[in-house]
Amino acid sequence: MAEMELRDVRKSYGGTEVLRNIDLRIGDGEFVVLVGPSGCGKSTLLRMIAGLESITGGALLIDGAEMTDVPPRARDIAMVFQSYALYPHMSVARNMGFSMEIRRRPETERRGPVDAAARTLGLGSFLDRLPRALSGGQRQRVAMGRAIVRDPKAFLFDEPLSNLDAALRAEMRLEIARLHQRLGTTMVYVTHDQVEAMTLADRIVVLNGGDIQQVGTPIELYERPANRFVATFIGSPTMNVLEVAPSRDGLRLADGTPLPGPGTARHIGIRPEHIALAKPGEGIAATVEVIERLGSDSNVHCEIPGVGPILARIRGNPDIRPGASVGLVPEKDHLHYFDASGTALPGMAM
Amino acid sequence: MAALRRTPPLAVVGTYLAILAYVAFALFPLYWLLKIALTPERLIYSDGTALWPSALTLENFRAVLFATDFLAYFRNSVIVSLGTAAATALIAAAAGYAFSRFAFRGKRLVIALMLVTQMFPLLMIIAPIYKIVAALGLLNSLTSLIIVYTAFNIPFATFLMQSFFDGIPKDLEEAAMMDGCTRLQALRKVILPLTLPGLGATLGFVFTAAWSELFFALMLIRSDDTMTFPVGLLSFVSKFSVDWGQMMAAGVLALVPSCLFFAFIQRYLVQGLTSGAVKG
Repeated sequence: MAEMELRDVRKSYGGTEVLRNIDLRIGDGEFVVLVGPSGCGKSTLLRMIAGLESITGGALLIDGAEMTDVPPRARDIAMVFQSYALYPHMSVARNMGFSMEIRRRPETERRGPVDAAARTLGLGSFLDRLPRALSGGQRQRVAMGRAIVRDPKAFLFDEPLSNLDAALRAEMRLEIARLHQRLGTTMVYVTHDQVEAMTLADRIVVLNGGDIQQVGTPIELYERPANRFVATFIGSPTMNVLEVAPSRDGLRLADGTPLPGPGTARHIGIRPEHIALAKPGEGIAATVEVIERLGSDSNVHCEIPGVGPILARIRGNPDIRPGASVGLVPEKDHLHYFDASGTALPGMAM
Repeated sequence: MAALRRTPPLAVVGTYLAILAYVAFALFPLYWLLKIALTPERLIYSDGTALWPSALTLENFRAVLFATDFLAYFRNSVIVSLGTAAATALIAAAAGYAFSRFAFRGKRLVIALMLVTQMFPLLMIIAPIYKIVAALGLLNSLTSLIIVYTAFNIPFATFLMQSFFDGIPKDLEEAAMMDGCTRLQALRKVILPLTLPGLGATLGFVFTAAWSELFFALMLIRSDDTMTFPVGLLSFVSKFSVDWGQMMAAGVLALVPSCLFFAFIQRYLVQGLTSGAVKG
């Protein structure tokens, strides 16, 4: 188990800086998810922690020891790759026990941990097979088993579920959560899937364009996003963001609807689940465009004339049709306010 | 479903006939080589183009093996070909790995230069090569042939090896390094076993090229005891006649090591070893 600290870490390729000012402390046994859009630098940051990518500036400490220039093999960290990266010419058992083989442990000694890991991952009957004889999900398990047998100070996961189908992904997500609970080892997990981030993380690090946007627990990020980027990135479906202008007693939308809030706000944010449908004439006037009925909820896509599209998520199965005029009533204490630079402002909700 | 997919019998027969015709066409020269080698000397001209010899003999083989220097030529060729194949494979594997995995200054330039070396006709460079080899005092030695053949085969062999390394995901070495390997250990334990098909192909290619090379061997070798087999074959051609029977018998014997070599490496030529390594 390990504590990790990134101090003002930077990464650049030639003249291009891809990560800057990364200050992050990961607690012992913590599950931290790095999340962000493609190209935000999350995988690069993970590979820098692993030692597979050099650190241009700053320092990496593991358990207080400087690790910035230490080669991957000496960091005592295991990594699960997006591609699984199983050794194709070795059996499942040898794949899983390879780290012990490298450390010259005799085969009799290797068998125990390999068997134990195989049992927990349900791979017991596949130990003699080659990776090519396994399905995607089984290969993913072998990759995890290999990391477990390594018995490292910390686990790194680089989008480990992105090659699996939706059902298997949900199953493996649960498996990883169980693994973390059982082992209690520090884990750093990279994904672009915010459902994985929300469900697995103790804390989420949101990255964009090489900068950390916000670090916090999933609920903190959901309830108090630090800026417009985090607000629209976290949560599914994403938050509605509407332009507002200051008015005498607060704010108003482009169609003139008055809203409470600080005068410096230029945008307001409201999550689809915090909007209620009302009769026409109440709240913000809008026209229903499309309704997605999901059974438990319905996504009602509306258009506010002169303002733009807005999505409301309504419980159950409301009796409305596309083209209908409705009123939208946002829950006032769930409104988010952003200034011209996109930074969140304390509003009534804060 | 099975009935729908069944190919009409006529198409099956046609396919096999086409394959048979191709195989016959490709193997006919080899058959002819064997036929002449087994035909007694006095019947070579009288039999003419008859497909089957009217009598068979092993006399040509006996004469080649015991009455000529063939065995010495043969031994020389084996030394040169194996030496060249080993040296080239070693250097090409190292260079191919570097080209595939590392970014370094001058990489494009080196690749371009290696391509340029392939563009010159051999005839143009034989004189400078001869001068260099002579200055090194290596004329008439098998070493000179190994050096020259290695130099000439390295560019192509390097590109061949590079393409094999390119086909092996980088993740595999990185996983090995995370598992505790040094880069060299990762190369030896994970990458090398996966490159065996490539190494086999490269060895086979270089071995065959060195085995059948005539031009440099003719220029750099003069004495009988260092002659390689292709040069030695010319000794069956005299000013007034060609000893066809013995020449063909020598040719048949010369095929043996090539066949053995390919039989040995063919299991490494089996592709698909890397399937299952990564997603898919």
